[in-house]
Amino acid sequence: MSEAMSVQTTPALTLIRALGVVSAVCGLIIVGTYEGTLPAADANRRIATERAVFKVLPQAKSIVEYAVLPEGGIAPAKGGGEGGGGLKFYAAYDEAGKLAGVAAEGAAKGYADTVRVMFGYEVTCQCVVGIGVVSMRETPGIGDKITTDKDFLANFKALDVKLTADMKALANEVKVVKHGTKSQPWQIDAISGATITSRAVGKGINDTAKALLPQLVPNLEKLKVKS
Amino acid sequence: MINVPSNWQEFTEGLWERNPVFVMVLGMCPTLAVTVSAINSISMGLATTFVLAASCWLVSILRHHIPKEVRIASYIGIIATFVTVVDYSIQAISLDLYEALGAYIQLIVANCLVLGRAEAHAAKTSPMPATLNAIGMGLGFTLGLTMIGGVREILGSGTFFGLSLFGPNFQPWVVMVLPPGGFFVMGGWLLLFAIVRSRRARATANTQEARHGA
Repeated sequence: MSEAMSVQTTPALTLIRALGVVSAVCGLIIVGTYEGTLPAADANRRIATERAVFKVLPQAKSIVEYAVLPEGGIAPAKGGGEGGGGLKFYAAYDEAGKLAGVAAEGAAKGYADTVRVMFGYEVTCQCVVGIGVVSMRETPGIGDKITTDKDFLANFKALDVKLTADMKALANEVKVVKHGTKSQPWQIDAISGATITSRAVGKGINDTAKALLPQLVPNLEKLKVKS
Repeated sequence: MINVPSNWQEFTEGLWERNPVFVMVLGMCPTLAVTVSAINSISMGLATTFVLAASCWLVSILRHHIPKEVRIASYIGIIATFVTVVDYSIQAISLDLYEALGAYIQLIVANCLVLGRAEAHAAKTSPMPATLNAIGMGLGFTLGLTMIGGVREILGSGTFFGLSLFGPNFQPWVVMVLPPGGFFVMGGWLLLFAIVRSRRARATANTQEARHGA
């Protein structure tokens, strides 16, 4: 009776050995691919960042990555892309090696997912001079107008992000206002019908500007010449 | 005696007769999600084809060494490995493509087509026919995805493989590139195939009747 009922089982050791072999083979394949594709993937990422920066600062010809230090101040980011954790920004230089502007990334929750924008900061006018979308999943034909709508993009020809006299905070926070009611240079005229996405762009810029500029502006001298 | 299918039969099975998208209706998650343009569909289809072929090959090689109690865990491990390989490779090939396909690359792991073929076919077949069958299934999947993606791109963006078709005055049919559009187009194709199939069945029946009558 018991013989009929007992199910034929494989010893546990065999099971463990089989799984061990499978995992070992899989691990080897994964590590091999990672090592093999890493240089190409890093190069791609660098090109994508450069392209995004050059789009918002058209005079730029080369970029240097910087990071805001946790204790305040700025320093060139140590290579390796990831890690560090501090806020990153890109100093962009023109052909002669002079500072053409600073680019940084802002992110905020949009309608469908986080909207990440790259914006260019012009040092002399202390304003945002251009934006580009790094990634978004907004509704096609509605939210994705932030990349094409001429009236909306006109907001970022000279969006005011001046600091207060003591350089501790923004003189005026960037604000997104209802379509057609922009009256101050630090306001963003929202796209009618895509208010949530417009607000995400404004909030992303505002959050990054608030954190970055008080650290950046007092240290601008360090950036003047390409290091 | 069991009829052993030839290599050619193994290969073509998934292309049409048992097309994963239109006949077996497997792996609908990526089918509906990434088919907003023809190029996305082809990329997703080829990524799946690679994962399918590579994992079926490895499953088939290891089929005598994997005890049946741990087979699902092993298959999923193998599939996840090749999905990771594809993930890294696409990052190295093009970041734009990687952004477009997004999370759906990782989700190939959960595509029931891949596990289904590993379990139902590769685990019982020798490496050569298993791989051929998987490639055929993968290409059939790619074909199905591209047929849906092409229609959605033409109607929803007025382009085909990025080429503008109707000029600047075209008003895109936006719902087609939104999630519901995937269901509409999928349903449309399934309806078309159902009509064709029933017509063909009726035609065969008619000819047979005619023959009996004569």
